[in-house]
Order: sequence, then C-alpha cells, then structure tokens
Amino acid sequence: MKKYLTLENGEQFIGTAVGDLTKEIKGELVFTTSMVGYQETLTDPSYTNQIITFTYPLIGNYGISLHANQSPTIAASAVVMQEIATTVFHYQSVMTLDEFLKKSGVPGIAGIDTRKLTKIIRKHGTMKASLTNQPLANSSFNQAKAVEMVVKSATFAHALDEHPNHVVLVDFGVKANIVKSLKNFGANVTVVTPEANFEAIAALNPDGVLISNGPGDPEDYADFLPVIRELQDHYPLFGICLGHQLLALANGARTYKMVFGHRGINHPVKNLLTGEVVITSQNHGYAVDIDSVSETPLEVTAIEINDQTCEGLRYPGKPVFSVQYHPEAAPGPHEATRLFSKFVGLMNTNGGVQHA
Amino acid sequence: MPKRTDLNKIVIIGSGPIVIGQAAEFDYAGSQACLSLKEEGYDTVLINSNPATIMTDDEIADKVYLEPLTLESVTAILKKEKPDAILPTLGGQTGLNLAVELAKKGILADLGIELLGTNLHTINQAEDREAFKDLMNDLNQPIPPSKTVYDLQSGLDFAHEIGYPVIIRPAYTLGGTGGGFAHNDDEMQTVLSRGLTMSPETECLVEKSIAGYKEIEFEVMRDHNGSSIIVAGMENFDPVGIHTGDSIVFTPTQTLTDKEYQRLRDASLTIVNALKIEGGCNVQLAQDPYSEHYYVIEVNPRVSRSSALASKATGYPIAKIAAKIAVGLNLDEIINPITQTTYALFEPALDYVVAKIPRFAFDKFYHADRKLGTQMKATGEVMAIGSNIEEALLKAVQSLELDTQMQTTLLPEGAKKQSLNDLLETIKTPTDIRLFEIFAAICKGATIDQLHDSTKIDKFFLAKLMNIIAMQKELMTSMLTAETILKAQKLGFDDDMIKAVATITDEELAKLHSMTNQHLVYKMVDTCAAEFESFTPYFYSTVGNENESKPLGNSVIVLGAGPIRIGQGVEFDYTTVHSVKALQAAGYNAIIINNNPETVSTDFSISDKLYFEPLTIDSVMNIVNLEKPIGVIVQFGGQTAINLTQQLTDRGVKILGTNMAGIEQTENRHDFEELLINQGIEHPAGDTATDIPGAHEIASKLGYPVLVRPSFVLGGKGMAIVHDQNELNAYLVPALKHSHGEPILIDKYIKGTECEVDILSDGKQVFIPGIMEHLEGAGVHSGDSIAMYPPQTLTASQKSAIIQIATKIGKSVHCIGMMNIQFIVADQVYVIEVNPRASRTVPFMSKITHLHLAQLATQLIIGKSLTEIGLHSGMHPEPDSVYVKAPVFSFAKLPGAPTALSPEMKSTGEDLGHGHTLAEALHKAFFDSYHFDSNKTGPVLVTPTDAKNTDLMAALDAGGYPHQVYKMGQKWPKCLAFVLATEDESRLAKQLTTRALSHEVTLFTAVDTVASLVKNVQITRAKQAG
Repeated sequence: MKKYLTLENGEQFIGTAVGDLTKEIKGELVFTTSMVGYQETLTDPSYTNQIITFTYPLIGNYGISLHANQSPTIAASAVVMQEIATTVFHYQSVMTLDEFLKKSGVPGIAGIDTRKLTKIIRKHGTMKASLTNQPLANSSFNQAKAVEMVVKSATFAHALDEHPNHVVLVDFGVKANIVKSLKNFGANVTVVTPEANFEAIAALNPDGVLISNGPGDPEDYADFLPVIRELQDHYPLFGICLGHQLLALANGARTYKMVFGHRGINHPVKNLLTGEVVITSQNHGYAVDIDSVSETPLEVTAIEINDQTCEGLRYPGKPVFSVQYHPEAAPGPHEATRLFSKFVGLMNTNGGVQHA
Repeated sequence: MPKRTDLNKIVIIGSGPIVIGQAAEFDYAGSQACLSLKEEGYDTVLINSNPATIMTDDEIADKVYLEPLTLESVTAILKKEKPDAILPTLGGQTGLNLAVELAKKGILADLGIELLGTNLHTINQAEDREAFKDLMNDLNQPIPPSKTVYDLQSGLDFAHEIGYPVIIRPAYTLGGTGGGFAHNDDEMQTVLSRGLTMSPETECLVEKSIAGYKEIEFEVMRDHNGSSIIVAGMENFDPVGIHTGDSIVFTPTQTLTDKEYQRLRDASLTIVNALKIEGGCNVQLAQDPYSEHYYVIEVNPRVSRSSALASKATGYPIAKIAAKIAVGLNLDEIINPITQTTYALFEPALDYVVAKIPRFAFDKFYHADRKLGTQMKATGEVMAIGSNIEEALLKAVQSLELDTQMQTTLLPEGAKKQSLNDLLETIKTPTDIRLFEIFAAICKGATIDQLHDSTKIDKFFLAKLMNIIAMQKELMTSMLTAETILKAQKLGFDDDMIKAVATITDEELAKLHSMTNQHLVYKMVDTCAAEFESFTPYFYSTVGNENESKPLGNSVIVLGAGPIRIGQGVEFDYTTVHSVKALQAAGYNAIIINNNPETVSTDFSISDKLYFEPLTIDSVMNIVNLEKPIGVIVQFGGQTAINLTQQLTDRGVKILGTNMAGIEQTENRHDFEELLINQGIEHPAGDTATDIPGAHEIASKLGYPVLVRPSFVLGGKGMAIVHDQNELNAYLVPALKHSHGEPILIDKYIKGTECEVDILSDGKQVFIPGIMEHLEGAGVHSGDSIAMYPPQTLTASQKSAIIQIATKIGKSVHCIGMMNIQFIVADQVYVIEVNPRASRTVPFMSKITHLHLAQLATQLIIGKSLTEIGLHSGMHPEPDSVYVKAPVFSFAKLPGAPTALSPEMKSTGEDLGHGHTLAEALHKAFFDSYHFDSNKTGPVLVTPTDAKNTDLMAALDAGGYPHQVYKMGQKWPKCLAFVLATEDESRLAKQLTTRALSHEVTLFTAVDTVASLVKNVQITRAKQAG
C-alpha cells in the first residue's frame, strides 16, 4: 500500500505505508541523525506533533523492548524511513517497530530517499508536511498552532521516602530517563504539570526544581515564566531543553526558531567554564539567542561547537542552571549524566538559598 | 591547547614490509600523519624499510630513511637526526614495539627525545597481559578470566573455577595449532592434554570461552584535554572467535539497542580515558547476545587496520587527526576536513551501511589450512557502501575478485553437490568461503535457526542472507518485470549477478532498467548524514533518483587495483596514486575507482573524486557514462584494471596509454610469440594446450623440464616447473578445470639468471630506468626473489642485449606509458614475459633513481613525448652503490601453505637494502625480510634433500653455519642461525618448516638465497676483519 508525503513546498515523496495504514496526519517535518535509539526517540514527548525522518536507513533492527520508552506511547505523529525491519531477533524485543506503530495508531512511510528529504529540510528549514493515503492535489498548510499541552496527568510522586532529596519536576513532556536519572543520583521525584503555580510547588517542599523538556515553541509557555522567576530565587533549579529555553525567557533573553534544529546524538558541546567538550544527545528546533543573554542576569556556560549556539546557562550567585541538550541521554551518550549529580549536589550544599 | 612550538623535528616510524596482519593500512596512516605534521610546519623524518609505499616518497616527509626497522639502525638514525620527538603510534605493532625498546633501553632519554602520541606506561598497560588485567579490574571492566597452565590438573581446577565452556590455546604453536574448546571435563582432558603435548614449552592458556558473543569494535579519538569521541562503532558479522581482520564487518553497529551501544561506548571511553590515550585507539568488546553482559577483549593504543576501515567508512581521517593531537592540538581546534565547516570533535553520523569482507590468498595456497580463528590469515580486504545490508554485502562480494562463478551465483562449486545436512556441518567451521557456503545451505532449504545453530551468526544478518537467496529464486523463477529487476538492484544485484541466475539477454535487461525512474545514482560520504553541506569528492552508488555526483569535466579515470592479495600488493596503490598526481599536475581532474579501504588511493583527499565501488565492468561503465572522461587509465591498477580493458574497449571507452591491441600482443600467447619471432627475439620454445594429450605431446617435444602456467596470470598463479609426465598429469587435472577453457601455456624451462626491466615509452622511443637482476635463478617467481640493482653478474653485452630487446618490444607493441619485461640470461638473452602495465618493481626503482616513474609514465599516457618530459631513449645511468629488494613472507600466519620458492609467488611484501657493496645491501635487507642478522653465526638445520648439496653444505660449515641434518621429531636445538628447506613436500620438511616458523627461526627455502648469503657474509666479515 502506497503512502504520500507532501511537503509545504509542494514536493512529494511516494513510499510504502507502515504502522497505522489508514491514518493521515499533518505535522512539522524534522530529521534526526542518530543511528540507534529509535524507540527512545519516537516516545520522546518533545517530538509531539512532529513527523520524524530517520537519516539512518535501517530502522527497527532490534525491535521494541519493554524498558526503552520515554513516555507511555509514541509521541511523534508519524515516522519517515528508508527501510523498516520486518523481522526481529533481539532477545529483549517484544514486538516489531511496525507492530508498535500500529498499536500506537501512528502512521509511517518507508522506502523514502531520506537523504534527499534531509537535504531539503536542511536547505529550506523545518517545514510542515502531510502524510496521506492519496496524492495530495492541493495541500493547504494552515498555520494553526500545532502544539498542545502534552501533559494532562495530575501531579504524582515517585516513591517518596527512598532518597534524602526531593525534586519537583515540572513536566512539559518529560522523558522517562530524566526521572530515572534523578532517582539514580539520589532524589525523590514529584511530577507536577505546568499549570502548577509557585505556591503549589513550594507546598511540596522541594529541595530542587527541574523544568523538563517538551515540544513546541517556548514562547507558547509564557504563563509559566513568572513561576520560574520565583522558583529561581528559592530553589536549586535545573532546566533541560525546553526548560533551558524557558529559564532564558523568564530572565529576559530571547529564543528563535532554528532553520532545522539539532536532532541527533553526536552534538559536541563545549563548557566555556572548563574548556571541556562532551558529545551530547539533542532534540530541539528552537534555541536561545546567545546575544540576548548578555542583557540578562544569566551567563552562557556552554556552546555547540559547530554553530556556536547557546547550550548552557547559569544564574551567577544562584544554584540555577540549564542545558539545551539532554543529559539523560536515551538515546545517546552518557557523558553529561553528571549534571544530575551536580544538581543533587547543589541541593545538598543548599546553594546558599533559603527554602520558602 | 594550540600546537606545540617547543617541537621542531619529529621522527615517524613506519610499519616495515607488508605481512599478514600489518599491511597497507599503515601506509595510509603513515602518509596521512606525515602530511598532517608537515601541514603544521614540523620537520618530518620517516624511517621505513618498505619501498613499496607512498609514505616513503620524498614528497611525504622532509627526509626518508629506507633503512631496517631494528633497534641498532633506528638508534643510529636518531643519533644523526637529533629529533625532538618520535611518533610511533602510526607504524603498527612494529612501530610500537620499537618505541618500547628505544625507551626501555634508555636511548630516548639519553638523546632527549620525547615519545609522542601515547606514553610508554600506556603502551605497556594495553599490551602487557597482566598489566591490562589489573587495569580492567581497577576500572570494573569485565575481561574473560584466563590462566596459564602447565599441567592438566591446574587446567581442570581453573575450568571448574570459571565454568565451562573454555578455550585452550597452546603457547608457541603455529597459528594456535592444537587448541580448541572444551565444554566439560572429558573434552577438557582431551584438548588440554593435546595442547600441552603440542606446545614446545608444555604451556597452555585456559580462558573462559565467549565464542558466539557479538564482536563489537569502537574506534575512539581522545585529545590532551580528555575530550573523546567515537568515530565508528563496528559490528562483526562473524561472532567472537574469528580474528576481526578475518571477519566480515558492518558499520555502524546493526543489532545493538541504544542501551547496549551506550554501555559499550561508555566502557570504551572509560578505558581510553584511563589509559590517557592521545590520538586514536581501538577497543574490541564482546556483547552477550542474550543478556546485558559484555567483556572487553582487547585494546590497541594506536591506529590500526580497523581505524583505516573506520576512516574510509565514515570519511573521518583518524590518522591525520591523531597526528595533530600528538603535537598538542585538541579536537575542537581541528577543522573537520570533510565538511570544512564543522570541527573534528563530533561523532560521524552515517546514512548508509558499510560492509567489509576480507580477501584471502587461499586461491594460491589451496593446500593451506583455510580454517579461520584467532590468528589473522587475510592478506587484504574490500569495502562497499550501500543503502542496506544486502546491497553493501553484495557490492563487497563483487569487489572480491574471486572465482567468477562463485562471485556471481554466490554458490561455491563444491557446495552444490553437498546435502543440507553436510552443509550445515560444513558451516560450523569458519573458512574464507563460509559466507558462500551459508548461501548454498539457504538454497538447500536451511532455516534461520539451523544456520544460527551451526554458525552462531546473529539471525539479523542471516535473515539478510535469506533475503538475497529469496531474490535469487525470484529472478530464476518469476516473470521478469522492471519491478523485479529494480528490487534485485536495490538488494545489490549487479547485472552479472542477475544474468548468472535469470534467463535474460543484455538488451532485455537494459530495457527493463530503462523502464523505472530509479537507477544507480551516487551519494556523498559526508560524515554527517547530510546535516551539513559538505564538499567531499567521495561517492558511492545506490539505487535512487537523486544523483549527487556532478560530472567534473576534463577528467581522466584511473582504475585502482582492488584488494591486496599475493601478487598484487600495495605497489599498485603506489602507482595509482602517482598517476593521479601527474594528471592533476597536468591540469586534469583525476578520478579514482577503487574498493580497498586500507590504502592511500582511497583517501578522498588524494584525487579530485573518489568512487568507492567494485571494479567490475558494470560498475566502471556506470561511472564512465556519468563522468564522460577523456579516457580511462588501466596501467596502474595491476591485473584487475588490465582485465577490464577489453570490455571497456568493446564499449567504446577510450583507453589512455597502450591500447588493447598492444595489450593483446603481450598477453595473448600466439600474438606474443608472433611478435617475438617477427622481431627476432629469443624466447623459450613453447606452445599452448587445452587438453591432457595435447599437453603431453608438447612437453615431450620440448623435452623436460617444462614450465607450465595458465594464460592471463597474476603473480605466477598456477605456475609450476614439471620434470616428468607424472608431474605434468598432477598439474594438469586441476589446472584445466580452473582455466575455464583458456589454454595452458607450456614452455621449455631454461636455467639461467632472471632479469627484469620496467620501460617507459611514448610509442616511439623507449627509456629504461634500470635492469634488475634476480639473485635466485629462473624458476623462482620474480616477486619472491631478491632483486639486485644494478645487476651484479651481467656482462656489458648482456645488458646491451636486454636494452635492445626492451626497446624493440616497446616500439613494436606501441607501448605508451609503462611495461615490465622479464628475461632469462643463459647462453643468450631470452624474453619470458611482458606485462603491459606498471609492475611491482616500479616503486623500488622510483625510490632509487628518484624518478617518479608512474608520474612520468602518466605524462606519456596523456600525450607527452619522452623528450618533453626530460627523458631519453636507452638506459638511465647506473649508481655506484647497490640496492636490493628482498621478499617478505607470512608463512607463520598460513599453516600448511607451501614454503619452497617456486614459480608461484608466495611473498606478501618487500623491503629495501642499500649499501656500497652487495654484501652490505643484503645484510641490511635481511633484517626486515628474513628477520636475519647476517653478522651472527650459529648452527643451521637442513633437510636430507638439501644435505645432498655437498658444495653448499661445505660452504655453510666453512662460513660459520655448521649444518645438521634434521631428523623427524628431534629435539629442537637452541641458538639456530637459520633453517634451510628447499622442498616442502615430504613429511619431514613440513615438520621442519612448521617448527622453524613456530620457533620464529629464519627459514630459507631456496638454495640460491643461502649460497649468496654465505658468500656475502664472508665478504663482509673479511672486510670487517681487514
């Protein structure tokens, strides 16, 4: 069965339908260059409403395991691949990727020249695309806001009495491995939705607050910025990805949409304070305008080597910092996991900050 | 840190002659490193005794020493050059071992020379078994437990402690002979007892067996700051148990989850950080396919064969970057040469699949043990890039240049007759052709579980092999449509593979190809999966509708030589690269097609465009049709390129240089004979036969002994001297079977002195760089004999006869470019062979004469005259000193291979010795070729056959080499000078040579070599005494 991928600029790719065969969707077309970790990628809530193109041609090789999901189900709205594995032999696999897509009601298209597609995105920037069962004669890509609030669940706590520290995690679409990493480094985690105000968070008596990753344009979350401004005066604060962008916005910096973003697990990030460079896992289409930071109390602590974009911020004098990349990995390299330990460390030394 | 300014002069140690396990990859690494350091403004000095390399070119380093890689020789050079530092991590194990010796002997400290790249402590930690164990324990990195035992009980006790299965490796036996696996006490008793008996030191290593684990390799770069990256993760198709050099390898990893991949990545980085590597490092790991468990197998703190593969597979030039790190630059200060817009500190992302298949020499050594294990046996390898596993694998198969029938049908001749059960049994033993035997088993209906049970190969890969055979069946049985053909093409089937199984004509196939909108197109290798715009002129083919390779225009295609094998070695990569340089200098765009990941020619920065593709006619024509070059040069890619000439000519492609008619005149037996007769040139009488009675008739007419060989030979493949009718029969039966209707050549064998020349010609005049005289008499392949230049025994009139004949031949075949002509000088000068192409001796002669012969030849090929390039007709003046080229053998790696020198070539590499006298030149050349110090004396062991040579025995005894005749199973004497065994047929000779090799005692296998040695040793000693 054929499937049609039509881009905003009118270009069309014809491929084979995989996953949910009937569903048609529209979304933002992005690409990721990571060669492993397709399950983690597809279930990463930051990909909500996005159509993910995998640049690596063979996807699904080791199937789907029980423990790799970053959220309960596939977050991406569709997937574009060159070849999808039809049979799987990995001992941990419980189903094929195709079965997982079907089960999650996510459509996909295979047999696509993903390199050609990637070059189009690289040149024209991230764009809207639609995945349909019939050729699209006249594609209309209305500019309605694609992003909805992802997290609908109520506040919940993870096993409260295990660890000495307590982190309240503001969930804009958190990856499971962020929660897991916090626990690994000795913190109890209570997850709250972005509707939570400062008082609600303070009532949980946290030792630190983490602002999570999530999908979409950071400017759409303006309501939460005043909360951040209060939080940063009272608690060790750690922002990841969207959380990093929100910290920037809350302090007066600007964000902008990148041409095609950073999506992959090979991005070199240089720590400007130590000179050290680590390879990081990344997934973002917006970035903090590095020049705008100088007008804020924040300080740029890290940059991506290749395009010099802002990868890290801190608030001098406060135990407040953020990174644009994903220290929790999943997928990707583990070199940055020590940031969780740093965060927990700030709580232990209490950062010189008074609890509310 | 910016580059160091406290360093000025740096010595780089090369890896020496090519042997199995240490080959062209170090020419690639060394050349890149030298150029990289030169680029940074350092004064570079290179030491390497291997002339057949790009790295020993005068353009690569500021100063090149073609001197032995021994402690004494290197020390002398260091004393003379007084460098600030020495870089040993690019010269393979040879370079590393020398550096360790230099440091341990205090020579580096005395001379104030710094060791760059990786320090002594690190080398020791990685290389010393116990130190490595301790380090892994400290890092909590699991390694397979092992113990050295000297008796059965200790072995049993240890096996109980670690649990079965275990592997038993006897110490000091050739290729680990006598070892094996044990799954219980019974097996342990059998295998360990046998191992202890077979080990000369009654010593065995008992190790936890991890056979069947997935074998994963990471190529890591780390800089002084501690920033580290993985250039490539590679997954072996063959599970743990087969040397990675002998395994089929895919990159990136295919069957690892993110968790597994990152766990192994973490382990690699932890180790590399602990070792404080500054440069490139290879980490080999084993992943349990059924649990989270893994083991660290090995760490190589230097660039390696795998790093060459990773460089070519990803486009990331490891050796070049490693050299820059060695002089203090950090990864974030080095621009990524591929994108030119990003930095060297990032991990390449691939949007294609890479397959590597090793190339073995068993087509020549069919008696050798083909079983693969932990000792590497491959002489070379091919790499292919595709969009999926099947395509990459089949393109690699097309690049192998194996038996055509097997290569196109994927089925080995013998396997077709075997039953499924037999095949399932056969594939339990890994050999060089196991891939094809698995294909055969699939054809016979093997299930994926059966295949996995027999081979332990991951089912992911086996399923891909099944896809290939299913496609083959579809091609055989279904109605052929454009869609079917496209599907086959997407799985990597080229036209030859399709035609081998489907009933279809060329025209029908072409028509079906034209009916789809997807064709073979070219995609760029850019290290970043198209994320950044790149400008790399490095392409591979796949099926699609977007072609990224824009024709260059004003271009010339140079065909490379494919995988390195015995008879076609790194020399042809040298000539390919030089041809490209000359084309570029003349203002042309030079395009290379080649498939060997180890070499300099497949470094994308060498040519204006590199196509990493099989050297088949389909593949070459597809590129020709796209690029529309001015012409194609076939002279520098060995027999691989020459063999494509006819088909290219038939398709209207312009061959630059000697044309097909000229090639035919030298390669076709009858045309060749006609040429020689017409020109009045003497040659051994002979004829051709296509059947046994015909052959006997010719042989008896000529009189025995006769020289027999197939037409169109490479490295004397299948060549033999036969002395009587029985020997002739023994030769003919298999030879006729393999000749595929091509005739067998039978010549009168003339005993005399063999000589050879390379000639350069513009078609009108002929220039001869020099005559090389072979030390071993006719009957020993020219590649295996010691070549002496200038000639040592020829008279002036013999030399002038050779020059006259060479000139006549060059003119009459209208040679444009290069040719190689071989002679026998006896009562007269006979011509025995003409190769219408650059030969093995081109780099040797180029280095001596300082004439870049392949570059000069290329200028002739593109239309210059000899006069225009500053040459003249006749011979180049001879030097006062003497140069010898000595062969290097890899017998120790190939148990069972014949060792006696014969018309069939056996050597894998060569070195160069230079001196004021022949004695001095030989003395130097013996170090790295036969690993022999001719200043040392001692007893020698000889076979009874050789003992009958009373003159030689007397000379040995008198020359300080008292001879002993070897007796079956005798006690092995200590302090042997060498072993002489010129026959390899008898059980005794086999035992003697095997023991010599396992004791690492120099083995001579030709009388002439030893006779000359003794004579020259006496001269040297007399001189020293005087």
